Amino acid sequence: MTTDSLTVDDIKARTRAFIGKFFKNIELQDDEDIFALGFVNSLFAMQLVMFIEKEFGIAVEDQDLNIDNFRTINAMADLVKGKVL
Amino acid sequence: MRIELTEQQASAKAAFRAFVDHEIVPYADQFDREERVPAAVIQKLAREGYLGQVVPEEQGGTGSDMVTFGILNEELGRGCSSIRSLLTVHSMAAFAVLKWGSADHKSRFLSRLVSGEIIGAFALSEPNVGSDAKSVETSARLVGDRYVLNGRKRWMTFGQIADVFLLFAQVEGKVTAFLVERNSPGFSTEPITGILGTRGSMLAELRLDDCEIPKENRLGGLGFGLAAIGTSALDIGRYSVAWGSVGIAQACLEACVEYTSTRRQFGVPIKDHDLVRQMMTNMITNTKAARMLCYQAGYLKDSGDSRTVMETWIAKYFASTAAMKIAADAVQLHGANGCSEEYPVQRYFRDAKIMEIIEASTQLQQMNIAQYAYEY
Ligand SMILES: Cc1cc2nc3c(=O)[nH]c(=O)nc-3n(C[C@H](O)[C@H](O)[C@H](O)COP(=O)(O)OP(=O)(O)OC[C@H]3O[C@@H](n4cnc5c(N)ncnc54)[C@H](O)[C@@H]3O)c2cc1C
Repeated sequence: MTTDSLTVDDIKARTRAFIGKFFKNIELQDDEDIFALGFVNSLFAMQLVMFIEKEFGIAVEDQDLNIDNFRTINAMADLVKGKVL
Repeated sequence: MRIELTEQQASAKAAFRAFVDHEIVPYADQFDREERVPAAVIQKLAREGYLGQVVPEEQGGTGSDMVTFGILNEELGRGCSSIRSLLTVHSMAAFAVLKWGSADHKSRFLSRLVSGEIIGAFALSEPNVGSDAKSVETSARLVGDRYVLNGRKRWMTFGQIADVFLLFAQVEGKVTAFLVERNSPGFSTEPITGILGTRGSMLAELRLDDCEIPKENRLGGLGFGLAAIGTSALDIGRYSVAWGSVGIAQACLEACVEYTSTRRQFGVPIKDHDLVRQMMTNMITNTKAARMLCYQAGYLKDSGDSRTVMETWIAKYFASTAAMKIAADAVQLHGANGCSEEYPVQRYFRDAKIMEIIEASTQLQQMNIAQYAYEY
């Protein structure tokens, strides 16, 4: 997936769409804590990391493995933004 | 759509097969009986580059694609599931260092793992904790510049000889990943003998009694140990076991083609009896189906597609349960000979049972895979 014209809104929209495939019938807000909602099991977490890597062409590394980076759509967008924008 | 190996993958498969037929098949029953794999055999695997398959060439590895890595697991699994299980746990550790290790971890461990100078293993299970991995009881606490670990880890494949363990422990109630070296103070291992299958896999219990490791040996942040590091290592492990199960199935099939062609009853080779043919038909079909699911999971891994996680569960579920059924039929087709040490099918049967327990048991898979239907 090209990152040439990627905006923060794109990152959020694509991430929300991906998460939405797993958790139907939930309108996830950008600042909603997906861990607090009880959504996250380890299989989902791994798929989320793989999705972010492939979709935005980045590598999630050791130092990024902090729950706070994946807690909300905003946090994930910040993580991606820090690497590509 | 094209479902065939590239020229490179096909030639890798031929080379793996020749290696296994020459270096492993003739000795596999002995490894099983003696409950060990000699160091010289492990060095041969290293020389062939098999221990660095999941590591890219720039980092000193073979840089194989995941389909090729899968084929290697099938071929090794066809010869000896204990040796395949070495590849499994070693690759899990190497992958975790590659993917999640700091520059320091990589420089300390990666090239030595690839060259076979050190062997890596995976330490999650405990006497009281198996399927419910998040409940591990082993603890780690930061004291100055070191983590101090306490607890027991059980059933570590090649734990008798491994030099570094990807190990999971609770830190402040969060499962966290560590690299624990054998020579750490307070670390010891106790061999486990007499296991049903993969008898050559040199299992051990690990004892961590105020075991001290440098604080830099933590991988990833607190609490992401299982979710990202454990799960991604287990994904590689599960993929390896799925392919290893295909290898067991293929070995059964080949043994049965040979045996049913030569063994005669009622005046004809037993292959000419319809009920024997029925078993052979199911064996062939299920082996091929299992292999296709493994290819699919591997293809998705090579393209970085997150669907590989669930496809790997499906491949492992199908391949391990198929291998168990196929191995049971293989023993059946060999009659009394199938129950004897003189034929390898009894080993395949014992090894196949292990495949249904490790890297998420059949029941865990039956619980998880259904979820897939509600997601996409
Ligand atoms: C040969 C061998 C090698 C191994 N190597 C390693 C290794 O290198 N590293 C490592 O960390 N571990 C290793 N293990 C341990 C292995 O990972 C565990 O055996 C496995 O995770 C299952 O855990 P358990 O044996 O504690 O069984 P349990 O989790 O106690 O399960 C017992 C039974 O209950 C079922 N069960 C459990 N929970 C549920 C549920 N919620 N619903 C329905 N059924 C359920 C299981 O399917 C199983 O049939 C090895 C095991 C073997 C046999």
